Amino acid sequence: MSLAFQIIAAQADPTSGLTAIGRGIVYGAAAIGPGIGIGIVVGNAITAMARQPEAAGMVRTTMFLGIAFTEALALFGFVLSFIVKGGG
Amino acid sequence: MTTALAQPVGGPAVEIAVARDLARRAVPLAPAAIGVCAVFWGLHGALSSAYGLVLVVANFMLAAALMTWAARISLAVMLGTVLAGYIARLAVLTLAVLAVRGAGWVELVPLGLTLAVTHLSLLVWEARHVSLTLAFPGLRPKG
Repeated sequence: MSLAFQIIAAQADPTSGLTAIGRGIVYGAAAIGPGIGIGIVVGNAITAMARQPEAAGMVRTTMFLGIAFTEALALFGFVLSFIVKGGG
Repeated sequence: MTTALAQPVGGPAVEIAVARDLARRAVPLAPAAIGVCAVFWGLHGALSSAYGLVLVVANFMLAAALMTWAARISLAVMLGTVLAGYIARLAVLTLAVLAVRGAGWVELVPLGLTLAVTHLSLLVWEARHVSLTLAFPGLRPKG
């Protein structure tokens, strides 16, 4: 280990790094669930539109709102990740 | 069904209409959100709240524009665009917040609260209207 690296490692605050990792985990974990949810919403909506094209307008409307509602969960995680204060 | 997936989706661009509705509803919501943030966090809170509102509306408009564009091509493209668009919009939102994070006028708490609360409030407001319109086309709630 070089001397410069040892000095940097000694001066660095380990809690700031852990906070950053924690924020990343919060945001990442919060984005996975809505990703799966949006996949289910869109997949079923696409199937519905392929089977019944005449209902496409209604399906698209509810799909758009469904996606936006599901996305709100990811937004909560995103907001939490930068609101929560830690060492960093 | 494979052929159906390659066909464009017919009908009007309902996503754009819903997104416009959401943007229209954000206008009366804005003074309340900005006012509350101004009371608790002052001028910086009000500015951050206004920025959050702009981000929420831009997010809805971008989602609607992407879906409408993809629907004109095919159902399969729509599926891919919506899923990729989710990641892309989250990335854009993150960059938009990170870009102003260090600015003097930004308060992160009101910005975050506005993002989450107005997103959900607008959706609940619009869902109420849409559900009534879809179920009973003659019964359109005022406002």
